[in-house]
Amino acid sequence: MAQHEIRVHVNGSEKKAEVESRLLLVHFLRETLAMTGTHIGCDTTHCGACTVLLDGVPVKSCTVLAVQADGRAVTTVEGLEQNGQLHPIQDGFWQEHGLQCGYCTPGMLMTGYALLQKNSDPSEPEIRQAISGNLCRCTGYVNIVKSVQHAAAKLRSDANPAS
Amino acid sequence: MEPRTSAAVCGMGHSMKRKEDPRFIRGQGHYVDDLKLPGMLHMAIARSPYAHAKILAIHTEKALAIPGVLAVITGETLKQYNLHWMPTLMSDTQMVLPVEKVMYQAQEVAAVIATDRYIAADGVDAVEVEYEPLPVVVDPKKALEPGAPVLRTDKEGKKDNHIWHWEAGDRAATDKAFTEADVVVKQDIYIPRIHVASIETCGCVADFDRAMGHLTVYMTTQAPHAIRTVFALVAGHVGLSEEKIRIVSPDIGGGFGGKVPVYPGYVIAVAASVVIGKPVKWVENRMENLQADSFARDYHMTAELAAKKDGTMTALRIKTLADHGYADAAANPSKFPAGLFSICTGSYDIKTAFTEMDAAYTNKPPGGVAYRCSFRVTEAVHAIERVTDVLAQELHMDPAELRFKNFIQADKFPYKSALGWEYDSGNYPAALQKAMDTIGYSELRKEQAEKRKRGELMGIGICSFTEIVGAGPSKDFDILGIKMFDSAEIRIHPTGKAIARFGTKSQGQGHETTYAQIVAEELGIPAAHVQVEEGDTDTAPYGLGTYASRSTPTSGAACAVAARKIRDKAKKIAAHLLEVAEEDLEWEPGKFFVKGAPQKAKTIQEIAFAAYTNHPPGMEAGLEAVDYYDPPNLTFPFGSYICVVDIDRGTGQVHVRRFLAIDDCGNIINPMIVDGQIHGGLSMGLAPALFEEISYDENGNISGGSFMDYLVPTAMETPNWETGKTVTPSPHHPFGAKGVGESATVGAPPAIVNAVVDALSHLGVRHIEIPMTPEKVWNILREKGVAE
Repeated sequence: MAQHEIRVHVNGSEKKAEVESRLLLVHFLRETLAMTGTHIGCDTTHCGACTVLLDGVPVKSCTVLAVQADGRAVTTVEGLEQNGQLHPIQDGFWQEHGLQCGYCTPGMLMTGYALLQKNSDPSEPEIRQAISGNLCRCTGYVNIVKSVQHAAAKLRSDANPAS
Repeated sequence: MEPRTSAAVCGMGHSMKRKEDPRFIRGQGHYVDDLKLPGMLHMAIARSPYAHAKILAIHTEKALAIPGVLAVITGETLKQYNLHWMPTLMSDTQMVLPVEKVMYQAQEVAAVIATDRYIAADGVDAVEVEYEPLPVVVDPKKALEPGAPVLRTDKEGKKDNHIWHWEAGDRAATDKAFTEADVVVKQDIYIPRIHVASIETCGCVADFDRAMGHLTVYMTTQAPHAIRTVFALVAGHVGLSEEKIRIVSPDIGGGFGGKVPVYPGYVIAVAASVVIGKPVKWVENRMENLQADSFARDYHMTAELAAKKDGTMTALRIKTLADHGYADAAANPSKFPAGLFSICTGSYDIKTAFTEMDAAYTNKPPGGVAYRCSFRVTEAVHAIERVTDVLAQELHMDPAELRFKNFIQADKFPYKSALGWEYDSGNYPAALQKAMDTIGYSELRKEQAEKRKRGELMGIGICSFTEIVGAGPSKDFDILGIKMFDSAEIRIHPTGKAIARFGTKSQGQGHETTYAQIVAEELGIPAAHVQVEEGDTDTAPYGLGTYASRSTPTSGAACAVAARKIRDKAKKIAAHLLEVAEEDLEWEPGKFFVKGAPQKAKTIQEIAFAAYTNHPPGMEAGLEAVDYYDPPNLTFPFGSYICVVDIDRGTGQVHVRRFLAIDDCGNIINPMIVDGQIHGGLSMGLAPALFEEISYDENGNISGGSFMDYLVPTAMETPNWETGKTVTPSPHHPFGAKGVGESATVGAPPAIVNAVVDALSHLGVRHIEIPMTPEKVWNILREKGVAE
């Protein structure tokens, strides 16, 4: 099996590794880099537990090869907290009970984070549409929607403290 | 209920933010697949493409030639240790790995052990198996016909595919009541196979320490203690002794009943670790999970209801055929092969009832477990709530009116049901009335009538369910002989903080928070200062685990009782410190004070410190207690749900426009968590009602074996659930709670079916089987001439 040297910017720092052609991005993160926050739920791009951002765009890392991430930026759940401060999307999930078993949560957080990057005030249908590629078996989605709304409100008030 | 404690203490009734969440929102949960031990090997499993076939040969040479493949384990390997078969929790047997034949598609055939998960998968592809296909039995009715191929040829003298017959109630009296009834309705109802499909699949890391003979298994299990005992009983002959077995159930990514059984993969991984002497990880993929792990449901029921002309129900009769696949691998209490199906008289005062059931073997995966329900309660509730609506239709009565007419009235509790249960408490009319008032039932009926005139299809469905949870009293309830008590152990540290350990195991229910709140309620120690631990059999007290909504009724109760034992000792210490008699002391959460002199008080923290520094002469030092709680009865949560649907005449698609759930789970520990449990339960009720089904073709080929075909609802299909409560405490539970995790999964499906049937009732539709897919509904619309 051919080996490739890849350089991936993961949560802002460059990671260099020799990987097999077939190595999946999710296994590169979880096993090569020991970053186990990104989960595997289905291996077939349906459940979204493995969602990470590739150059800012949510992808399901169970069906992206590690070599496809060469030279690109990957953001995972471990990259959300900055300087000991939870990102509002993380705090939103905590405040609004947007998680139960926690297994789908990293993927949900990344999808929610990506949505809020491009839409600071998403409607409920827009949130539901955005997370429709992420399955959750525990919450019934109601509180996940509220969690994203909670984060959106916080981000808006942070951006416009006067209003 | 208004909280008795302050927000700083956070006892019962506070919507405390969950203590477990800081790790989950950072991606720092500890799930089985996150574990990486030094020298760890990986296991992958080769599976059968046939549903029934003789194994002629297994060729492992090509797999073993792959660099990094260390071993291929087959049934013959395990047979050397007499580990190729294992008992199920229902005292049936199932194969770990086959020696002679396979019994279902996707059955485990061989396991490859390799240095890396990719190489293990390569090894699986290289294992070559020669099969000789055998006749396949898929339909349980055909399985029981004379001349059907006998599947369990391993059982000496077995001449058919019948597993067991079970019945409850008075057959003769019921038959008589049916003969004398004014009205009788009868409905065939099939609840198809479904799968819990927790987002984390099953897996383990087995780690055998050869030098010390210790086995540690990190595994996705809802019942770690029971698993330890099962391992000791099954593998005692190869030297695994219970004190040398440690089961660790780390963070679990959803269980719902699917993580109760022992699956062959766990056993093979343990055997591999014992033989090789290195840690072995096995994590199944999603297709293995859906195709081979224990299924739920698969009940073919015929329900009959007898009534007077005025709608008074007089008798219920249900006959069921249960398809268990090739082994009865359900996870029921041992005296209850049909689980708690005899709750089927539901919320109604039906004086006479009889139910019987036969179970059959077929060429399908073994089972069945619950799917977020207490031992077959969902099937029972579906039957009674569906046939109640059929009766309403027959009598041209409003389904709400028929329910009010037949409810067990609030003053009749404790209520002895015709099938032998003693319902602890309830107020069914109040719950339904609240649901109707909240949703605006009469306005909805007006809207429906107007829409019907315009040809639009709108339906309103009601379900007034009664659950039976919290197994259970040891006189009746055991699993493999182990009584179904559960436990709590609380230790108060010198500085007044605490650690509490339990025999249960959260899979998302939030035990780290709710158990801490119980301690806070009982002792006044802030919940933030109570560390909760579960899942490690080396440290937690023995218990039967978390399923069947039993954690709050059993371990939650044990927690309160253990805390009260601590309070009793704390009182003695406080009396000593205050130099008064115990009788002179009064308790309020967090402190003892002298009657009439509230300024003379000792806080629980001061008492805890004294327990280690200044305890009374003659008293043991320390402040801790254990309780093994044997519940005096089960608990009976209930609720009334109303569902409003619109049906698209062009596509047959059912749109759930509104869904209101009024639940009564007794006293509530954490309202936020209870609502979350109900939201999740409703979603797992919506799923089988509209989307999910695992079915098989005549050759036993599975459909619904991946997330391509097994349709777990997304946020797009799931409505914005509306919830509400009534509170009827359980009279026998230490703090009046009943359990809530599964109510909504039980109550939602009949409400949705009743709504869809209601939308079509004017066309003569009386029943629709689940899942009510667009295709199924559209075919009905076309048949009735209303499809667009």
